[in-house]
Amino acid sequence: MSTAAPKRPEGPARLDWRIRLRRDRSLLLMTVPAAALLLVFNYVPLFGIVTAFQEYDPLVGVWHSEWVGFDQFQQLFGDPAFWASMKNTLYLSFVQLILFFPVPIALALLLNSVMSERIRNLFQSVVYLPHFFSWVLAITIFQQMLGGAGVLNQFLRQHDIGTWDIMTDPHTFALLVTSQAIWKEAGWGIIVFLAALSAINSELYEAAAADGAGRFRRTWHITLPGLRGVIVLMLVLRLGNALSVGFEQFLVQREAVGHEAADVLDTFSFYYGIATGGYSYGAAAGLFKSVVSLLLIWGANTLAHAFGEDGLYRK
Amino acid sequence: MTNALTIASRRRRRHDATGAARQRSRSVRPPWEEPPTVVGQAAKGLTLGATLAVILVPLWIIVLTSFSTPGAVNRAGGLVIWPDGLSAETYRQMLNDPTVVTALMVSLGITVVGTAVSMAVSILCAYGLSRPRSLGHRFVLMLLIITMFVGGGLIPSFLVVTGLGGYGQWWALILPNAVSVFNILVLRAFYQETSSELIDAARMDGAGDWRILWSVVLPTSRAVTAVTSLFYAVGYWNSFFNVMLYMPTDSQKWPLQYVLLTYVNRGNGLPGSVNSGFGSAHAQTAPLSLQMAVVVLTLVPLVIVYPFVQKHLRTGVLTGAIKG
Repeated sequence: MSTAAPKRPEGPARLDWRIRLRRDRSLLLMTVPAAALLLVFNYVPLFGIVTAFQEYDPLVGVWHSEWVGFDQFQQLFGDPAFWASMKNTLYLSFVQLILFFPVPIALALLLNSVMSERIRNLFQSVVYLPHFFSWVLAITIFQQMLGGAGVLNQFLRQHDIGTWDIMTDPHTFALLVTSQAIWKEAGWGIIVFLAALSAINSELYEAAAADGAGRFRRTWHITLPGLRGVIVLMLVLRLGNALSVGFEQFLVQREAVGHEAADVLDTFSFYYGIATGGYSYGAAAGLFKSVVSLLLIWGANTLAHAFGEDGLYRK
Repeated sequence: MTNALTIASRRRRRHDATGAARQRSRSVRPPWEEPPTVVGQAAKGLTLGATLAVILVPLWIIVLTSFSTPGAVNRAGGLVIWPDGLSAETYRQMLNDPTVVTALMVSLGITVVGTAVSMAVSILCAYGLSRPRSLGHRFVLMLLIITMFVGGGLIPSFLVVTGLGGYGQWWALILPNAVSVFNILVLRAFYQETSSELIDAARMDGAGDWRILWSVVLPTSRAVTAVTSLFYAVGYWNSFFNVMLYMPTDSQKWPLQYVLLTYVNRGNGLPGSVNSGFGSAHAQTAPLSLQMAVVVLTLVPLVIVYPFVQKHLRTGVLTGAIKG
């Protein structure tokens, strides 16, 4: 404590690394627990990817399992169940992009036009809430409202209109999971858009109004361009996650609706990898998904740059 | 030291005051804007009201059903929409049910221990990376950020945890996801904004980095500590997939979410339930009001904590989104 540490210099002048180490050793020490956890649980599994090129046997471990090269991938690409889950993933992702993505933007625009501070705060506290629910809870709530024994069918039965168990109907499953996602996450999604809206210079609106631009022209010419950067960023993130449509959400509902409708790449990897013990097969599916996801996020980001936006990082 | 602390608290108060003033000024309609039309206001009100109703009405129905008598549930033919006969009997029954009580204790334990571990590790790491031009911070930061984009995937992670002997162990529910790089970046962004005058003043007084973190940085960043704690705690409270991975058969170790999944969502009978008629021998589905009480139970901690943290959420999320 008593040895006054040398001040971290403002200028480019660099101290010798030994002096810097002496000065910064507590700082480095502080990062050790987090870095160690990440090394064990995030970096070591990276080497576990090799199991995708083996016939992994839990009894002998990674070191002694048989190498099979690309056999797992060959088998995977010839597996109709894999392509079915791929098709589901892309289809669900597409439906969510069309139906989910605009909702937070619309809600943010609506809320931004509300003048009363109290209503704005009340609305925000309520719509943020479902984001903190677990998927088990959110789906249970949906089940109680729309399921075979839920409020909707209770009403239909009492009025003799016939019943419709939405929770187990594979034909409408895409719409069901999208409305679940909207119910749970759309409210939370407005935060970034609200912030972007409040960052728009209000003098722009005033000038436009003085020039005779009405409500809608101001929205079109000032508000939407002001949101462009955030919208593009959110789109890049959405596209990068196109192959992750919500693992837990599908895991919980797979039993009720059947695997034909509910299997996505992540659940495929889980069921074929861990539940049935085909570790290498599941790891191959997981690796395929990771690689395609990285390509997608890179592609989406390049596209954003092509449109003159920042995307994930500045060019 | 004391000097630095008074500056810190004064700075915080001033910050709050300007924030409040800015918020107030926004609630006045600017003079150049057209007066609102009746139709427009009505449409706006309807949309806002409908959005709130979609979230609140299901919660209302579930809470009401959990407080209803069996007679009320029968008369309603299932879920109760209007108050009919109210009783807290279901809750007494639930809190005597060993399955639910064990699960509640497990959930609380995992959440408290997990959040403590995660926060300790994250605060240290975030401060360790927050001082400009410190040795090696770029490297460690890179190490962290890479994990946000590249991962081994589900099966390699599972093999690592089970390889370390984690199957059936409590730590398997906590340590593999104890570090959220996003949360560390949020904390770090706040610590970087802690005024360097304060830190220099403390350093002049002879404080080292540990002391500065504890007495200067942490007291001036309570809001972000609250938000990141909430994020971690919610993560632990809500997790059920790791239970499915590491202790799927040991029902004594199941947390509340897994009990909710098994006995309410999938409708299996509650074993050892005290209500006559659906003991483990019959394995019938538990009565609806009891199921709904379990749903409410998973909501309670969240509803208790949420009001305290809610006003800080915006800051936490935006810092993470912009700087991360």
